[in-house]
Amino acid sequence: MPRDGILVDRPYERLTREQVELIHRASMQILTDPGLISFNKEAVDILDGHGAKVEAIAGDHEIWHVTVPEQVVLKALETAPKSVKLGARNPDNALVMNGDEPRVYLITGSETNIWLDVDFPTYVNKADPAREIRVPEFKPRRGMIDDLCRSAHVCEHLEMVDGYIRTVNIQDRDITEENKDVNKFFASLNNNTKHFMTGLTSLKQLDNVVRMAELIAGGKKALEDNPLISFITCLVKSPLQFVDDTTATFIEVCRRGLPVAVSSSPQAGTSAPIKEAGIMAQINAEVLAGITLGQLVRPGTPVLYGSVPVRARMDTLNDSYGAVETSQYNVDCAQMARFYGIANYSTAGVCDSKVPGLQSSIERLFSDIVVAMSGPQYLHCAFGLLDCNSVFCLLQAVIDDAHFKMIKSFLRQPRVDQAEIDTVLKQIREVVATPQKMYISHIRPVLRSGEISGVYPFEGTGDVDDAFEIAYSRMKELLATPVQHIDERTTARIFEEVPGILPRLNVYERGK
Amino acid sequence: MSEDIIGLIRENVIQGRITKDDEGMEEGMVGQPGVSELLDSALAAGLPIRDIITKGLSGGMDVVGQKFEAGEYFIPDMLASAEAVGAAMEVLQPRLASSGIDSKGTIIVATVKDDLHDIGKNIVSILLRGAGYIVKDLGNNIDTQVIVDAVRKDKPQVLGLSALLTSTMARMGDVIQALEESGLRDQVKVIVGGAPVSEEFARSIGADGYGADGFQAVAVVETLASGTQS
Repeated sequence: MPRDGILVDRPYERLTREQVELIHRASMQILTDPGLISFNKEAVDILDGHGAKVEAIAGDHEIWHVTVPEQVVLKALETAPKSVKLGARNPDNALVMNGDEPRVYLITGSETNIWLDVDFPTYVNKADPAREIRVPEFKPRRGMIDDLCRSAHVCEHLEMVDGYIRTVNIQDRDITEENKDVNKFFASLNNNTKHFMTGLTSLKQLDNVVRMAELIAGGKKALEDNPLISFITCLVKSPLQFVDDTTATFIEVCRRGLPVAVSSSPQAGTSAPIKEAGIMAQINAEVLAGITLGQLVRPGTPVLYGSVPVRARMDTLNDSYGAVETSQYNVDCAQMARFYGIANYSTAGVCDSKVPGLQSSIERLFSDIVVAMSGPQYLHCAFGLLDCNSVFCLLQAVIDDAHFKMIKSFLRQPRVDQAEIDTVLKQIREVVATPQKMYISHIRPVLRSGEISGVYPFEGTGDVDDAFEIAYSRMKELLATPVQHIDERTTARIFEEVPGILPRLNVYERGK
Repeated sequence: MSEDIIGLIRENVIQGRITKDDEGMEEGMVGQPGVSELLDSALAAGLPIRDIITKGLSGGMDVVGQKFEAGEYFIPDMLASAEAVGAAMEVLQPRLASSGIDSKGTIIVATVKDDLHDIGKNIVSILLRGAGYIVKDLGNNIDTQVIVDAVRKDKPQVLGLSALLTSTMARMGDVIQALEESGLRDQVKVIVGGAPVSEEFARSIGADGYGADGFQAVAVVETLASGTQS
């Protein structure tokens, strides 16, 4: 049985059917005029062989201009699977996403360079030295592989996390471009039994990480049946450019038949029009171009419509994930993906704030709620991210988990049918006839059924808001709760067959 | 056999079941005798009332209190158990004197004039009954004079006054003033409660105690009532 996720009964949609079709038509026009630029020769050859028009652009580098006719895109959309399964080390954690079903799975991400530690120093009131308070202090530092292990470990225990994208870029001294992939895959998979998705640092490591996944799954066929890993590839750089290296990676992932998210991340105002219609037409064209290429490489490749649109900040021209327009674009993308019947990889929960606090809570909760309501199937970036995509805080992830429980509770389907009406009418008549006229005795049958939501789990007892400290205690509890590592025999085979994994990651060799 | 019935009474207090039709905390309890049916059996078997109260009812409530403190039980669970004890005590009250058991006393509760809010007052009533008191609930929107007359007639150990509105909380002071003018103030302890009420306000109107919630109200009553009895 796959995970439940959150089934959004009636997803929130901003666009009318006519507006969806207008965006679709505009995207089709964009793919022919102005078309795309490709820095990748193989993509050009593949597209050329299937009816696209390609033309070399004169200059120092090999660059091509590509126009993709509508019929090529539509044919590719026909072969793109409308249902995608993402497997997991624990098969009960598998995710099944249907393009026409707004069932939301909540995923971590993204690959930040900075890890945020937290401490609670005590401050003394100068005017009244007897008064002391503990205040959270956040300390950024470079992310390391131990942090990735801890993040995967805690996210294994976070109830609302349905799948894991590595949250921190590993920057240890003994991590190189060559061994980064095998180490980030092993650190994540060894500490987390949920689906694992990531980008690839080096294409040379693709076969090594696939071999690792095969060993864990139980063989090549077992991995096909239970694809416990998948990939994110940002092959299109906005506006409308196939990047050489990620396109090459994308093509190779498609050839192996593993699930892949075709992700585009235009910034409204700089790399895409500031107007909603403009960024939507462009991102849709970019994602469809990627999906088309993938289906031409290998028809039936399981793909996700990956959308990470963002609006530019007007004061810095950096990304502004906290801007309300960013959420609007993501809601629109969920609707466009549903129009094509392809599962949507979406974005929410990222904030502009650099540290957990009031701004962070408001920004992330705003987008978490509205984007989840739009029913994207694979909602990433939702746990622990700060300062756009550059900082990860495990404490924030623990807090986000509680907030997603609230969102899930809110989005549960209403139970209103004749039997329920009959029950409550009987209850109302009974209670109104009693002297005290209280319904409290009728609470108990639903109290533990999941029908009513709980109190805020980080609520303090005094006048001080100590949510951070309570959440921190919860985080420590989760870190102390064991996870199920990959078994010793499989671990030994992985270390034997997959070169480059740091020996200190082998939990069975520690202390020997 | 007697231990079995009293043990079952205790268990059904913990489960919060008054009658056989009530659900408990666990599956499959509907149809099994509840506290009322078990009490009938206990009385028919001639079991000591003191044992029924101390081992069955109070014993069960002690466990409920522990579960509430541990976060395992919620207020609706606590109230269900208290209601079960209250229902049993209503049956047992007339038999206490002949069994040589002192009543814990009578408490009058009321929501003051012009205030229709009674949820808090009702919860306090249930909890007090569960704690073994005879509770006379006058209702809501009660005239000051009606409250004074009830105190004169029933001679409660404690009078509990409730108000939810800032516009009606002053009525509680009026009641205390009226009790003094009637010469009854020394005979009854007065506690006050309600959302706008505070410890400071309680002191300012001359109340003897203040309960921030139902549980605190019961604790205050326990202290005041025992002081009155002594």
